[in-house]
Amino acid sequence: MRSPSIAGRRGGDGPGPGGWTARGRRAPPVLRPGHGPGRPSQDGLAAVKRWRQRAAFAVLGALTLLVLAPLALIVAYLVVGGLPAISWEFLTRGPSNMMRSGGIFPAIAGTFLLVTGASLVAVPLGVAAGLYLSEYARPTLFTRLVRLAVVNLAGVPSVVYGLFGLSLFVVFLRMGVSVMAGSLTLGLLVLPVVISSTEEAARNVPQSHRHASLALGATRWSTVRHVVIPGAAPGILTGIILAVSRSAGETAPIMFTAAAFFLPRLPGSPFDPVMALPYHLYVLSTEVARADPTLRLGTALVLLTLVLLSNLLAIVLRARMRARYGGGDET
Amino acid sequence: MSAPIRLSTAVRSSAARVGPGADEARGPVGARGEATRGPGPSVRLTSKDGAARAADSPPKVRTEGLSVWYGPMQAIKDVTMDFQASRVTALIGPSGCGKSTFLRALNRMNEVLPGARTGGRVLLDGRDIYGGGVDPVEVRRRVGMVFQKPNPFPFSVFDNVAYGPRRHGVTSRSELFAIVERSLKEAALWDEVSDRLRAPAFHLSGGQQQRLCIARALAMRPEVILMDEPASALDPVATGRIEDLIAELKKSYTIVIVTHNMQQAARVSEKTGFFLHGELVEYGSTEDMFTRPRDPRTEAYITGRFG
Repeated sequence: MRSPSIAGRRGGDGPGPGGWTARGRRAPPVLRPGHGPGRPSQDGLAAVKRWRQRAAFAVLGALTLLVLAPLALIVAYLVVGGLPAISWEFLTRGPSNMMRSGGIFPAIAGTFLLVTGASLVAVPLGVAAGLYLSEYARPTLFTRLVRLAVVNLAGVPSVVYGLFGLSLFVVFLRMGVSVMAGSLTLGLLVLPVVISSTEEAARNVPQSHRHASLALGATRWSTVRHVVIPGAAPGILTGIILAVSRSAGETAPIMFTAAAFFLPRLPGSPFDPVMALPYHLYVLSTEVARADPTLRLGTALVLLTLVLLSNLLAIVLRARMRARYGGGDET
Repeated sequence: MSAPIRLSTAVRSSAARVGPGADEARGPVGARGEATRGPGPSVRLTSKDGAARAADSPPKVRTEGLSVWYGPMQAIKDVTMDFQASRVTALIGPSGCGKSTFLRALNRMNEVLPGARTGGRVLLDGRDIYGGGVDPVEVRRRVGMVFQKPNPFPFSVFDNVAYGPRRHGVTSRSELFAIVERSLKEAALWDEVSDRLRAPAFHLSGGQQQRLCIARALAMRPEVILMDEPASALDPVATGRIEDLIAELKKSYTIVIVTHNMQQAARVSEKTGFFLHGELVEYGSTEDMFTRPRDPRTEAYITGRFG
């Protein structure tokens, strides 16, 4: 059974600063039985080892706590500063008085629309491509190039996606600054992450399960459909939600493609611009003179809450699917 | 899913036409009556006529000049070998001698591995399974496989056994249940799991999991069962049960088993083939092989001088 945590599975992501501290120490002397007088007794050596062990765990534990500190501080800062701004009106009304008062409902709705649109673009494409790479692609030069492209695409700065979306969707395809253009841009931004996490999740399905299925006379596609996809689904889903929820906070890609500076109503069509939480936050912080800081922090708090909630959703869904897949019905 | 496929329909209709007595007359397609895959006790010709005809009947499986390459490396060199119906044939040899590769060539499972190529012919009831127009999916339906390590799907016991039939279009609940019950009984597992068919397969012990995998293969009503060291990951008690099961199954199935364990080969098989460096060094009755080996290399291996 495999149940690596997200951090474990993603390898490099995990907090790693503890390693060198422990390793930097000198190795304990090698114990050679009967090797001259004056070496510490067995008991003494064991005590030293025990002590070192405890010290190492203490250091590693302390550093791990240190990793939690920034998150705790950010949340505390936003809650203290932003909670006073949160009210029913704040969540359900549009901004007023040149954004110096009122609510952020259009921005919440806009972010929701953009994220949904981005998912509609990235999920079908990304899952299909990831499954293809994992299950069908032969190790040719072409698939190597595709993989390389995916990795590099994931490394492109988001502001470059913004400029790309501006020139392709907004200008060239004449979509204008709109939900459509922003969704497509965000979708492209998320796409490589969805592809990689799908491919990785599919690869984590044991080869022996595929072989068992094929040996039973199942076709390749049938094997993908009934063994690989159910096995990879928790990982795929987690990857999607994490990627998409991250994209909810992206500012640069929507700045030129979708976001309206101030639009106290909802878009009437996919080709209307929208307000969006991260951009609204940017505007509040830079453009509005003498803005009330609680509004700013309140907006940030709402954005953070949305992101954390969707991450929580990912974790819960994954746990439930794992439990079902491990024992339950095949569908 | 794929409809019941050409070969099997041919087999079924010919089985219906000729009675059990006219077994030999069925010619190359004449499989042991693959009469029904449906529910209930199925009509199948078993040990009685199988044993009677085994000596002179054409082989169930025959390889002719079979070679397998992994990239530039030739893993199997020009092996010609017959397998009789309703017999257990053991393949022995040191690690890396190609016996598992050979086994996988018999149901085209080598194709699944990247870089593998096969040459020569493998005749199943006289028909080349590598011939043009033969669907590997159909080959694998007729030639089932049990792997070295128990590899149940992470589904329930029931869904594991029902997996194959479902992929081949069986949807009716009662029909599936009948298949599952029959297969689990054939695999001598029914008594242990009948009250927890809905439990995850992973909750079973290792030996039970391997019998579940055998039941899963049996659910497809294969004609030949390939076993790749099926007991090597199991303890002696579980191994004993698998061996008993093999003795039972050979009444109805043609079995080819790869094993590392020479006592096991001696216990379960009628014929034994010794592989070394991808070649079939010696092939004959198990008794002869272990008492009067003809080839000095066979003798060296079975007396434990290498391997």
